[in-house]
Amino acid sequence: MNAIDSYITPDGRTIGAPVMEMKNITLRFGGVVAIKDISFDIREGEIRAIIGPNGAGKSSMLNVMNGFYHPQEGEVHFRGEKRGPMRPHQIAHQGIARTFQNIALFKGMSTLDNIMTGRLTHMKTGMFSQIKWWGAAQREEVENRELVEKIIDFLEIQTIRKTPVGRLPYGLQKRVELGRALAAEPKLLLLDEPMAGMNVEEKEDMSRFILDVNDEFGTTIALIEHDMGVVMDIADRVVVMDYGKKIGDGTPEEVRTNQDVIDAYLGVAHD
Amino acid sequence: MSETMGDPQLDTVPKLLARNAKMYGDSPAYREKEFGIWQSWTWAQTAKEVHALALGFLTLGIKQGDHIAIVGRNRPHFYWSMLAAQSVGAIPVPLYKDAVADEMAFVLDHCSARLVVAEDQEQVDKMIDVKDQLPNLANIIFLDPRGMRKYDREALFDFTDVQAKGLAKAAELQGELDARLAAPNYDDTCVMLYTSGTTGRPKGVVLSNRNIIETGKNTSEFDSLKHTDSVLAYLPMAWVGDFIFSISQAYWSGFCVACPESESTMQDDLRELGPTYFFAPPRYFEGVLTSVQIRMEDAGKFKQRLFKWGMNVAKEVGPNLLDGKSVGLGDRIKYQMAKLFVTGPLKNTLGLSCVRLGYTAGEAIGPEIFDFYRSLGINLKQLYGQTEASVFITQQPDGQVRADTVGIPSPGVELKIAENGEVFYRSSGTFVRYHKNPESTADTKDAQGWVATGDAGFIEKESGHLRIIDRAKDVGKMKDGSMFAPKFVENKLKFFANILECVVFGNGREMCTAFINIDLTAVGNWAERNNIAYSSYQELAAHPEVYKMIQSHVEEVNASVAQDEMLSGCQIHRFLILHKELDADDGELTRTQKVRRNIIAEKYDDLLTALFDGSTEISTKTEVTYEDGRKGSISATLEIRDAAVFERAKVAA
Repeated sequence: MNAIDSYITPDGRTIGAPVMEMKNITLRFGGVVAIKDISFDIREGEIRAIIGPNGAGKSSMLNVMNGFYHPQEGEVHFRGEKRGPMRPHQIAHQGIARTFQNIALFKGMSTLDNIMTGRLTHMKTGMFSQIKWWGAAQREEVENRELVEKIIDFLEIQTIRKTPVGRLPYGLQKRVELGRALAAEPKLLLLDEPMAGMNVEEKEDMSRFILDVNDEFGTTIALIEHDMGVVMDIADRVVVMDYGKKIGDGTPEEVRTNQDVIDAYLGVAHD
Repeated sequence: MSETMGDPQLDTVPKLLARNAKMYGDSPAYREKEFGIWQSWTWAQTAKEVHALALGFLTLGIKQGDHIAIVGRNRPHFYWSMLAAQSVGAIPVPLYKDAVADEMAFVLDHCSARLVVAEDQEQVDKMIDVKDQLPNLANIIFLDPRGMRKYDREALFDFTDVQAKGLAKAAELQGELDARLAAPNYDDTCVMLYTSGTTGRPKGVVLSNRNIIETGKNTSEFDSLKHTDSVLAYLPMAWVGDFIFSISQAYWSGFCVACPESESTMQDDLRELGPTYFFAPPRYFEGVLTSVQIRMEDAGKFKQRLFKWGMNVAKEVGPNLLDGKSVGLGDRIKYQMAKLFVTGPLKNTLGLSCVRLGYTAGEAIGPEIFDFYRSLGINLKQLYGQTEASVFITQQPDGQVRADTVGIPSPGVELKIAENGEVFYRSSGTFVRYHKNPESTADTKDAQGWVATGDAGFIEKESGHLRIIDRAKDVGKMKDGSMFAPKFVENKLKFFANILECVVFGNGREMCTAFINIDLTAVGNWAERNNIAYSSYQELAAHPEVYKMIQSHVEEVNASVAQDEMLSGCQIHRFLILHKELDADDGELTRTQKVRRNIIAEKYDDLLTALFDGSTEISTKTEVTYEDGRKGSISATLEIRDAAVFERAKVAA
């Protein structure tokens, strides 16, 4: 694939050069091959979806992108450079943030504090300065709080600003988690099933937020999703996985008409 | 009607703004919570914002007499838009933001709006949907650009861009703006407000500068509103009440209008802000009281007892203190203690600590609910009004507040009760006309300026207070000629938590009877506490103990109705408890939960006959519609009970 070219989406956005490239990734857990020789790229400003049936290896793929798993074979290139094994905080510093399939928030802390934790990688003052509080630490806190308040406004969660997240319904917790990921001001945002377990209305809201994040902040988004309808509506390009292999890659329209994809989703008679 | 000329310095709202910017330049005019912090704008800043926007409107080619629609939740920017519209000689038309695109299309078409100021993508999308049907709609201005990056910007502008464009051309346009600011007179249109349209299409009520400014002036003086007051604007901007409180009175008195952060944070914002002037419909006060009661039931024993003691003291002493009656020293000390431990903290939690003036209107408010707030020391009063009157028809003066009246005529209002009991009024606030609807205008307002309210009522001889009985079309006569007003009795019954809904019959008959619906939550709760087992609504409704309880409620109401000189004939002689809840799906209620009398009378014809023919039991079969549209039926045998009725003289003695 040519690394320089760009393309224009049907709704008129220009999608730039690849931000992240996965090259021939293979991931094994002992004898189990979770991902087998998969290559694809994610481009600047794009909404990229990874779909596939249960156990297809989607979440493993996200964990590879996120640097949590280290593939036995293949390379991950981020912004043109090959990425070696990294610790999670180093990944975060590179500008990659994620949400989790099973919400991983601090249940006893308020919405506001949870989202503030997303700013940690941007805080520079040391422990002593923080203890002393006045001066640099205070300035920093105010700046970060301002950005967090903008996110709260953006996600329309003003009502629950001070509510402990453990008391919130599931759909709202998902939104708070998105807020925390956004607080890191990521270049690349990874969303692991952002709409799992939601009702239609919550899904519509979440889709709206994902589109708006992409539109307002120009954030590149890679998401895993089960709900085909949602994916086809919001994604620019879709990777389809089945049993650890890539069986399709392209625009929603191309994927929809791909015979392998139809077989994987609807099942096929084995002779 | 007083045909006074307005003060030429103060005969339009923009002129009031200019005065306020001079007199109260540094006092806050608007507050809004944004990003978790209360932002404020002084009167001087407000004048600047409005000025820039008005110039911006001129760059968009707005002409005098054009209509400018405004759609969004309460935000300072929308109030400024109304002022800017008036500044350039256009007429602001605030719309209900929850209306669907087609409803908006009707109104926008009806007023031939040239410009819409919309809040966000949601509203802009609606406008774009219907734009093809609206040849006059030239431009849309939006406040929140989110999600609209890719929209075609040819006729779509950002609020701040419009202001900037206006300021850039200030030198060129200032002369034109000055001329337009000076042009309008006291009888030119100030605003057009659409009635919500419960019957038929919405009607555009045209209100003049005279209507708005005289009303603002008279009512501000009535309650001595000052520029140090503050109000939380949270009710729909399209509703006349918001326009009167947040523009008319606010601009006349120069007080501060605060806007909540979002619709759902209103209760928190109210608490943080502590306004001094507060308006809410009875529904709101009921809801808050219920939530307080439920939370107290979950509290510990000590807190419960403290709460009970504090509220009892407050109930005994509070209203007297508010009305300025003499109160003994012991009671005063007890009241202060209760205030310290119970009522003070409670008021603070409800956000009503600083309220020195509160109003409720729209429907009857339960006396217990009313008394609860008054015992807390909140000066809650009632008013009676409608859009066509610029709200105020009657209101209660301090010291004469009662749950069962709506007060004396507001300053400048004349009242007249017609033959059939219908209330008519005439005032400086009386609307000019319905927009493009001369027939309705003529039906509602006669040549002398008297306007029919559609409500029946009477003026109490001793106090001069107006009492509203019912909608005029529902008021009838009983066989002996005495007045029949079903809603008067129904409201009294519905104040009992156990009674959800009821329908009183008796027009043209010898006596009154009633269908009663129990409230499943309240009665279910009561049944649980009294060890009454039941398996269904129908079984609970037919339980003899429930009948006994409802009978005691009915008799209590009868005793109270008996004391009323005009309506003592409306006591309920016989009643039954319905075996199903009245439901909008079955057409028994309107979608806004109002009883449809005639349909109920037709549908339950057999029950009605039994109520009047003296039988003690009736078997019936009723068709019901399930939510998915399927139909079924329920059969039941209902008991009919007689309730004790009272002689007027006997009770009065």
